[in-house]
Amino acid sequence: MASIDEGGGDSHKKGPGVKKAKKLSTRVDMTPMVDLGFLLITFFIFTTTMSSPTTMDLFMPKDTDKDEEQNKAKESGALTLLLGKNDVIYYYEGQLKEDASNFLTSSFGKIRQVIIDKKKAVIAAHVHDEGCKKIQEKARLGDPTRGIKPDPNWQKACLDKDLVVVIKPDDEATYKNTIDILDEMAINDVKRYAMVDLFPVEKELIKKTEGN
Amino acid sequence: MPSVKIPKKSTAVDMTPFVDVAFLILTFFIMATKFKPAEPVEVTTPNSVSTKDIPESDALQVTFDKEGRVFFHIKPEKDISIKLNVIKNLNTTRNLGLTDAEMMNFVKTEAIGVPYSGLKQLLSLPVENQGSLRQPGIPVDSTGGELLFWIRDATSAFAGKSLKYYIKGDNNAKYPTFKGVLNAFKKNDILKFNLITMLEDVPSGTELSAIRGRDKK
Repeated sequence: MASIDEGGGDSHKKGPGVKKAKKLSTRVDMTPMVDLGFLLITFFIFTTTMSSPTTMDLFMPKDTDKDEEQNKAKESGALTLLLGKNDVIYYYEGQLKEDASNFLTSSFGKIRQVIIDKKKAVIAAHVHDEGCKKIQEKARLGDPTRGIKPDPNWQKACLDKDLVVVIKPDDEATYKNTIDILDEMAINDVKRYAMVDLFPVEKELIKKTEGN
Repeated sequence: MPSVKIPKKSTAVDMTPFVDVAFLILTFFIMATKFKPAEPVEVTTPNSVSTKDIPESDALQVTFDKEGRVFFHIKPEKDISIKLNVIKNLNTTRNLGLTDAEMMNFVKTEAIGVPYSGLKQLLSLPVENQGSLRQPGIPVDSTGGELLFWIRDATSAFAGKSLKYYIKGDNNAKYPTFKGVLNAFKKNDILKFNLITMLEDVPSGTELSAIRGRDKK
């Protein structure tokens, strides 16, 4: 127990007639204090939230009906991801074929490989042109006002400029699915992606695939 | 027979180090704890690899839970007059017939999750008792619904100040709710959002982990 040295014991005798002062023990029972301490620890462990929330930036394009203002995507670089129910992803590259032969099914575990493969294919088919120089210059300088650091690999910055991922969440897709796929864009460093509504054809295809 | 004497040993253990450690841990938890502000809805946010902290500033936040109920928060840093202006403006334009006390109550209310028609009922309750009232959520549809007007009024009340827009959604909320919320913002020409998420590790071997590793150097 916690104790304080109470002096040298009986080493020096007091004279006759001198009353011995009653020695009180300085030991304190610490058990209740320990109980209380652990009770509080338990309370704080349960109430504490260690990880503070972070934020993810999302920039949406302005809706426009004018054709010339719309961003054009090259067919060869387009990858369309359709988010269905029960965490299923459907995807196709380029345009959807009439017979829907390029309409494939995937999942959140496998979609990363699909994106990586598509990116590699786009890089392999890259042709250097005028638009590239602008992108390279931008990457070389970075953007300190928005916290974007200069890219040491700026020469490679424009290799994947034709890659556009189109994300189309179905009405049955959850918010988590949407965030996960946006996250996947960040993870695979896809620079151009868009969130768009489904076409009726695609809705039907999803329904058909789900039926099977 | 001489009995063998077993020396009696004290069972008391020195508890001092034990107590020291216990209180050290206790102090740590007290310091590290950040109490969650009471929110009217339980929302489990999705995870993302984004590492940005939430900036402390004036903000409008839209929260939606797994049932698709939409809530609206106005978070002025200190100035409560902004919040009061929003409700005063709304009271006259929508003929809500709120009393001054009810409008003051609005300032104290954390989040609003009722249509305009239910606003008077909500605000007639004291803030502590609002939890007992089940809020059906602000109506949101493809054209923006009432949320559109909430955002418009609040944005104009904040005119001239920098304002952030947070969206906090539940994992299991369906996409149409999110789309409705986005539409309400888009109709107000607000196109830049902060989605509130929880931090998640970047999967190794991916491009992002390569970029992050490079930036660290």
